[in-house]
Parts: sequence; structure tokens; C-alpha cells
Amino acid sequence: MWKWLHPYAKADRAYQLCNTLLPYFAVITVVCMIVGWVWGLAYAPADYQQKDSYRIIFIHVPSAILSMGAYSSMAIAAIVALVWQLRNAELAVIAIAPVGACVTAIALITGAAWGKPMWGAWWVWDARLTSELILLFLYLGVLSLYHAFEDKKAAGRAASILAIVGVINLPIIHFSVEWWNTLHQGASITKFNTNAIDPSMFWPLMLNIVAFAAFVGTVTLMRLKNEILQREKHRPWVRQLLNRG
Amino acid sequence: MNPRRKKRLLAVTAIVFGVGAVIGLVLYALQENINLFYTPSELIEGKGPNKELPYIGQKLRIGGMVVPGSVVRDETSLEVSFKLIDTGPLVTIRYQGILPDLFREGQGIVAQGLLVEPNVIEAFEVLAKHDEEYMPAEVAEAVKGIKHEKPKYNLGSDY
Repeated sequence: MWKWLHPYAKADRAYQLCNTLLPYFAVITVVCMIVGWVWGLAYAPADYQQKDSYRIIFIHVPSAILSMGAYSSMAIAAIVALVWQLRNAELAVIAIAPVGACVTAIALITGAAWGKPMWGAWWVWDARLTSELILLFLYLGVLSLYHAFEDKKAAGRAASILAIVGVINLPIIHFSVEWWNTLHQGASITKFNTNAIDPSMFWPLMLNIVAFAAFVGTVTLMRLKNEILQREKHRPWVRQLLNRG
Repeated sequence: MNPRRKKRLLAVTAIVFGVGAVIGLVLYALQENINLFYTPSELIEGKGPNKELPYIGQKLRIGGMVVPGSVVRDETSLEVSFKLIDTGPLVTIRYQGILPDLFREGQGIVAQGLLVEPNVIEAFEVLAKHDEEYMPAEVAEAVKGIKHEKPKYNLGSDY
């Protein structure tokens, strides 16, 4: 596998790989998001207790899952960046961070909007909400740490270390609803065949999760392309690329 | 793997495990405080290994299920009182204000307020706790026997 991956340590090959992957991710995003939103927001049946307010689940849950998914990918990139010292991995960390921060913010905001009518409060300092808020701060911390250094090599290393340390927050977020008494409910999608969520709501939700994952992938690839170009702007291949187009 | 990479990998693992252990110990020490609320049995029988009881006048949160048939509303004001249960004893909650949409008998709620008697809480905030079950009304009717009633006012949309 190393042999297969090794060429992508070179910036121009990685750039080409991004270009190859981008259309697939983009198409999956557009198709799944349109179908998923129309299905979820317009055609899925209303909940027996929450009526139509529950429909925020089709945005809230995918964004919450992706906020953690994006963080784990960022942490994996950070480990690769620290141990194998691949500059592309460092760029990947910094490409994912703002995307993850946005997704986390979406999860927090949609959660608050749902919490007001359902719980009766915008925000409660329970374990789930607080740990998700810390996740947002971790993303912002990685970003600002990276931009605080003049020397981009040191910046990449510092940001990577923070990203790796923050991984500890992920199991805390996930298990917070089981370990402690929280206002936030437990997971609806747990065991694949005995979901606490009806199939007529589960499938549009799944589709929306796929759409969100592809969306995060698309934006990350676009950002990674930019980061590579910016970092390599004095290299001949970038100049060639710029002159051509 | 060459020795330098191995060393870096070890260093990274050590950092993660070190910080993990620190956070783990902190959370363990704070275990009791991270819980958002007392349960009715904890309130009556004491909480934690020392069976500590909250004192009268303490500000606390309590979470439990609203006992069906225990909700008493005042005719002329917003005052309402109901009983909460988890597995054993009952706790009475008195509250004045608007209850959240999801408040109903048999529903989990979290109330914040002052303990005025060992088993009575004067709440100033009542939050509904939603469970993880999502289903259409027809399924709920079939599975749980919950009768779904159409709201009397016209919302313009079809429920």
C-alpha cells in the first residue's frame, strides 16, 4: 500500500488526485442532497410527538456525525504529518479544519433551534452539548494555531499536535449520553436492524448523511487544492499550470 | 519503519495516551458533577457512595418521568404541580409558567428549582427531555397504542 500511496507525497500528484476525485464527490453531493432534502423535508411522515419540528434531524444529525468524522480524518492526517512528515498531510489538516468548524457550528445552531420548542431552552450545559462546543473550539484552535506561526513548518507541527490531542474529545462526545444524565437524547441510529427511528425516516436520514459526507469531501478537496497551489506557488509545475489556464 | 519515524510515532502515541489519562482522571473525579440532574430516587435516598442528601433550599435539577394522572393545573393561574418518578419514590414539582411543547404525562422532563421540602421542588424552569424514538403517528398508534389527536385549530397543513 505504501508503494501505491507514495507518489501522492509529491504535491503535483496529490493535486492531480484531487482533480480526479472532485467530480465524483461533487456529483454524489448534488444528487444525494437534493433527493435527501426533498424526501426528508417534504415526503417523510411527521413524528408522532414532535410533528414537523423533528425534520431538523435531516440537517442536525448529518452535521453532528460529520463534525466528528471530519475531526477523525483531520487527526489521521495530523498523525501522518507528524510521523512521516509529509507536507501534503499537513496541508490536509489545515484544509479540513475550517470545514469541520462550519459543520460543527451547523450542528450546534440547528440543535439550539430544535431545543427551544422541544426542550424549552436554547442551550443547556449538559455533557453532550458542552463537549460538542469544545469540539468547535478545538477546530478553531487548530486553525488559529496554524495561522499564528510565521514559519509554516512549525505551524503545521503545532496544529497537528493539537489536532491529535483533541481526539480524546470524540469518545467523550459519543458516549456522553450514556455515561451521564443528559438532556440530549441517546443515539437513534444504533443497531442496524433495531433502530429507534422508523424506516420511513431512517432512509432519508441515511441519504442525507451520505450527502453531507460527500459535501464535506468536496469542500475539503477544493480547499486542499488551494492550499497545495499556495504552498507550491514558486514551483515550475504550478507556474506551468497558471500560464496554461 | 525507520528509527526516526518510530520515535516520532512513539512520541505521538505517548502524548495521546498521557493527555487521555489526564482527561480520564479529571472526568472520573468530576463524575458526579457532570450529571445534569438528580433522579427522584437519588433525591430521596441520597446520591453517590456516601448517600449524600441535598439540603433544603439547595438549587438543583431533577430529571424523571411525569407520573400519569398527577398533573394538577390551577384554574385561575399558570400554576401547575406534578409528580416525577424514576424507579422508586415520587417527587412533587410545583411550577408557575408555560410548559414546553413536549411536556405530557409519561414524558421525561428535567426541572430546575429549589428544594423546599425533602420531596418537593419549587421549579423555575421545566425542560422536556425527548427520547430517541422517531416514528410516524400511525406507527406510534400501532406500536404504543398512543392515540394521535388532530389539533382543533386549523394549521393549514395536513398532520
